[in-house]
Amino acid sequence: MAGVELRNLTRRFGDFHAVDGVNLSIREGEFLVLLGPSGCGKTTLLRMIAGLEHPTAGEILIGGERMDANVPPRARGIAMVFQSYALYPHRTVFGNIAFPLEAARMPRAAIDQKVRWAAELFGITRYLDRYPRQLSGGERQRVALCRALVRDPQVFLLDEPLANLDAKLRNTARDELKRFQRQIKRTTVYVTHDQVEAMGLGDRIAVMDAGKVRQIGTPQEIYEDPVDTFVATFVGQPPMNLIEVPKGGGKLLGFRPENFLPRDQFPGGEPIRPFAFAVRRVEYLGSDRYVYGTVTEAGAGDATVIAKLPATVSAAIPDGETLPFAVPERALCSFDAATGARLR
Amino acid sequence: MKLADREDVLGVVMLAPALTYVILLVGVPFVLAIVLSFSTATAGSLTFGWAGFDNYAAILRDPVFRRSLFNSAVVTIGSQVLVVVLATAAAQVFRAAFHGKRTARFVLLLPWAVPVSLAAIAWTWIFDSTFSVINWTLKVSGLLHGWLYWLGEPGLALVAIIIVHAWRIFPFATIIVLAGLASLPQDVMEAAIVDGAGFWRRLFHVELPLLLPVVAVAVLFGVVYTATDLGVVYILTGGGPANTTQVLPTLAFQRGIQGADLGQGAAIAVFLLPFLIVVAIGMLRLARHTEVGAR
Repeated sequence: MAGVELRNLTRRFGDFHAVDGVNLSIREGEFLVLLGPSGCGKTTLLRMIAGLEHPTAGEILIGGERMDANVPPRARGIAMVFQSYALYPHRTVFGNIAFPLEAARMPRAAIDQKVRWAAELFGITRYLDRYPRQLSGGERQRVALCRALVRDPQVFLLDEPLANLDAKLRNTARDELKRFQRQIKRTTVYVTHDQVEAMGLGDRIAVMDAGKVRQIGTPQEIYEDPVDTFVATFVGQPPMNLIEVPKGGGKLLGFRPENFLPRDQFPGGEPIRPFAFAVRRVEYLGSDRYVYGTVTEAGAGDATVIAKLPATVSAAIPDGETLPFAVPERALCSFDAATGARLR
Repeated sequence: MKLADREDVLGVVMLAPALTYVILLVGVPFVLAIVLSFSTATAGSLTFGWAGFDNYAAILRDPVFRRSLFNSAVVTIGSQVLVVVLATAAAQVFRAAFHGKRTARFVLLLPWAVPVSLAAIAWTWIFDSTFSVINWTLKVSGLLHGWLYWLGEPGLALVAIIIVHAWRIFPFATIIVLAGLASLPQDVMEAAIVDGAGFWRRLFHVELPLLLPVVAVAVLFGVVYTATDLGVVYILTGGGPANTTQVLPTLAFQRGIQGADLGQGAAIAVFLLPFLIVVAIGMLRLARHTEVGAR
């Protein structure tokens, strides 16, 4: 087992800084999620760890060893699962899983045993003779994971492995993936743009934007204690509400939609910040209601905010009315309006 | 009603030129060749008698025809094997980025653009019994002690013919294989790298199997071009020495046009058809069978 250490890692494509001076320490056995919008550099970062892309500057250490550009992917002790699974279409499932072992010149009998062991683990033994085109998306994904697993890598690199699955499958696949990682206890770096996956899978999440890591922390830290407005609005669905503070001197006030509730939801005692909420529209989503509207604070512009009311809040919310809402003081974050940085 | 709105009329009008072309220049000669092969027709006479399978029986008994058939097969297969090896190798070279790549690619394509007759004349000089540059080069570098009469010995002459055909088709095949390489799924190639496969394993276990449908198309074109070509053999050896390098097109030309026996000439030419059809069907099935279906 080994951790991964990134020091000042930089990759430029011409003038474009795909990855811009990233320092990141991934612990042994940790499940780290790189989360960010498309084009933020997360995949480039992963490919540099794999050795498929070379850094313009900076260092990569895997298990304490420096991985210079001349260390090829196969010598890095890594295995990678691609978004498209990248299975070999002309080889059977068995042939796919056996490929890295054949490349390592493992004896036939040992290959056979190892492939069957991996296939057993993922429940795809009965597909071993089929070709990738005869499998469903979920089955292909398992084949790709098997192929990565048999290499016995120190580090797993997963590039959006669930993105090509349909929504129904994604939940079960996520659960399987996490169980699998707990079982084998390998360091895993997982790239995704889906915050639900990130929150659900990651021991820690590194939120990336424009080639830089904005924040690294547990899902809870990322969600409850964002370091800037980017993280605050990128994580969470719907995103954190940001409103200008009247006479606040360029300060933004942030609060999560689920903390923005009718005032009568807060029985006395808890310190709250009251707002007059002009309701524009209500969206009924079964388990929740999303209420869209504006908060008119003296001196500030009309900012659109969203309230997320759980089904347990049964109060009628008529369109077009202005109602008393409130946010508990502990759930308020303030940010610098100019830089977006969190103000403590 | 305007013409532009009448799809039935418009369809006929727009198809007419292409249809006329295909019927007059492909269909009619094709049918005529088949009809002639069953007739006693000769050039310079208007008589036209039914011969049944006599022409076919005659050519099958003829050792020169059998030799031509054999030569056609050897030249086609030999040149295509050479083409596949050279084209996949050249495609690997042209995939890399290097200085002067555009110029090199232009030069590579030249043999394909040069008229066959012109090229064949240049090659007769290269293979000339006195001035052969190949011989002189080998001699000077000490690799050759005797002297090679390229176009004078049956075996060597066939080799020469194979070389010229391969030289002609190879640029076209390279371009096709290059296009195939460009369309290979990049992530599959990268998966092979991460999986620890070296250059040769990637080439033989991933790249070439994935390229197979594309290579099959290149070979199909090559087979048709080579098997039906008249010019190269006609100019290089004229079928000689003593008919030992005749191929089906040159023999058909010799018997049918120069020898004026239209019926037999047509029978020789038509004889190729079923073979080419079988090859074409085989190649296309192979291509479909190995089609990439990962997505």
